[in-house]
Amino acid sequence: MAIPTVMGTEIEFGIIVKNDPDFDPISSCVLLVNAYQEDPEGRILWDYDQENPLADARGFQVDGEKYTPNHQENLARNKTLLNGARYYVDHAHPEYSCPEVTNARDLVIHEKAGERVAEISRREATALLPEGAVMLLHKNNSDRKGNSYGCHENYLMDRRTSFKRIVEQLLPFFVTRQIFCGAGKVGSENRGQSCDFQLSQRADFFETEVALDTMVKRPIINTRDEPHADRDRYRRLHVIVGDSNMSEYSIYLRNGVTALILAMIEDGAIDRDLTLRDPVRAIKEVSRDPSMSHLLSLDRGKKRTALEIQQDYLEMALAYAAKNDLDPVARDVIERWQYVMQGLASDPMGLHREIDWVAKKRLIENFMGRKKLDWDAPQVHMLDLQYHDSRPDKGLYYMLERQGEVERIVSDEEINEAIHTPPSDTRAFFRGECLRRYPGQVFGVNWDSISFGVGDEPIKRVMMSEPLKGTRAHVQDLLDRSKTASELLVNMGS
Amino acid sequence: MVEAGSRPERLLYSAASGEQRQKPKGGDEAEEGADSGEGSQKMAKKGEELKEEMDSLMDEIDSVLEENAEEFVKNYVQRGGQ
Repeated sequence: MAIPTVMGTEIEFGIIVKNDPDFDPISSCVLLVNAYQEDPEGRILWDYDQENPLADARGFQVDGEKYTPNHQENLARNKTLLNGARYYVDHAHPEYSCPEVTNARDLVIHEKAGERVAEISRREATALLPEGAVMLLHKNNSDRKGNSYGCHENYLMDRRTSFKRIVEQLLPFFVTRQIFCGAGKVGSENRGQSCDFQLSQRADFFETEVALDTMVKRPIINTRDEPHADRDRYRRLHVIVGDSNMSEYSIYLRNGVTALILAMIEDGAIDRDLTLRDPVRAIKEVSRDPSMSHLLSLDRGKKRTALEIQQDYLEMALAYAAKNDLDPVARDVIERWQYVMQGLASDPMGLHREIDWVAKKRLIENFMGRKKLDWDAPQVHMLDLQYHDSRPDKGLYYMLERQGEVERIVSDEEINEAIHTPPSDTRAFFRGECLRRYPGQVFGVNWDSISFGVGDEPIKRVMMSEPLKGTRAHVQDLLDRSKTASELLVNMGS
Repeated sequence: MVEAGSRPERLLYSAASGEQRQKPKGGDEAEEGADSGEGSQKMAKKGEELKEEMDSLMDEIDSVLEENAEEFVKNYVQRGGQ
């Protein structure tokens, strides 16, 4: 039986400061992240001791230098939030890693809360800039000049599932899922074949099938083997192939369907061979095929469209759902996936309320028609960019949302609550609650640990190697009984 | 304790959840009666509605779209990330 779903996303935002000739991305990121003053007292380190991004899932360790910032840098670049998220500076981008959640619906809530955290801090940061300068954030994946930054998904998996099987059964899925979770892009880059519009922001950047890299020669399947959990029991599949979606529907399906496929791989329920002859080439072909008609070459001479390959996965999922006890969210995910597949087969542009790339393409084409513009016009490129703008009054996706032009999966109330509240059913609950209840007493945090520094006492680290322990059901009573971190540590020992 | 939510967030994303305007899904109703006169009237009405909807969207885009698009797009350069 597949292990329960635990997942999360990491969003890297594009950042720029308008009207500032001296704009520097790294110092702007530091300003941004520090402008988010959820807990002014908080001086909490990110605990790098447990990290090992150089371990490869294929069973070896890659040479390289592990990044460990000094104390000051660490504090300046990392914020752990009351909702259990990490908001920080990653290279030259602000990044929001949402707390661990157990289903796609909560994932949408927390990813959307991350957009709002970014926007709140953008406003605060802009207020600190010289007059006239405005910081802008974009939840996108490319500057369309060949530079890309990611939206990474993470899924907890059973260590016993062979990585080779994961790769084989997942590649055709990852190559084709962009038909419902591509965020859309005007033009091509990174030496990709030229086109007016493509489904995916990221497809142009994938150059190999399987590898450890995330910044150069990006692989469709990333092998980073850093579970942030008990490594004898779990692996964390680190997915770098996805787009930063604005549409709640696309986010819901991107994570919901992927989690389902992973459970099916664990349970041996993928029983069709959909191996593609050239996945790296195919991912770019699918991205350039909004009509859903292009035939991809399979390994054994057959040809299939992306839609047909997804249809195969859907049929296997329906058979799986008939035999297994799935939770209500997973069932709802299947229903909506089925609905979208029917739409893509009959009239892809009819899905403008659901699917990001369709919503964006429709908006741009209508604008082009009205203004008599072609795909090369700067305004068209601007529309593409501004679709991802984090400002609720300027971002074009938010404009569609405000006008009731997109389907919602979750409510604004749920999103706003999640800005300061952790999910209740993962270890993120313990992390967030400790930060809220014991300010000034938490010394350092990582996904799988939290350490306390009380007075002159030695630092005590509590390990959280089980992502599904530390939930409200497990620790509410313990926390209620512990007025201070010292009491908590005593009570945990008893 | 840190008071969660003590900072006022004035983020106006939607009018309000629950009050979001739900547009009817296009298609079915109009298609069924497409051959009859009544049907084509409905179609025309539907088309009219869609056009109005799109016009209002396009007007709003006009009011929010970055003014100097050419320069903005040219200067939008990011460092490569993950």
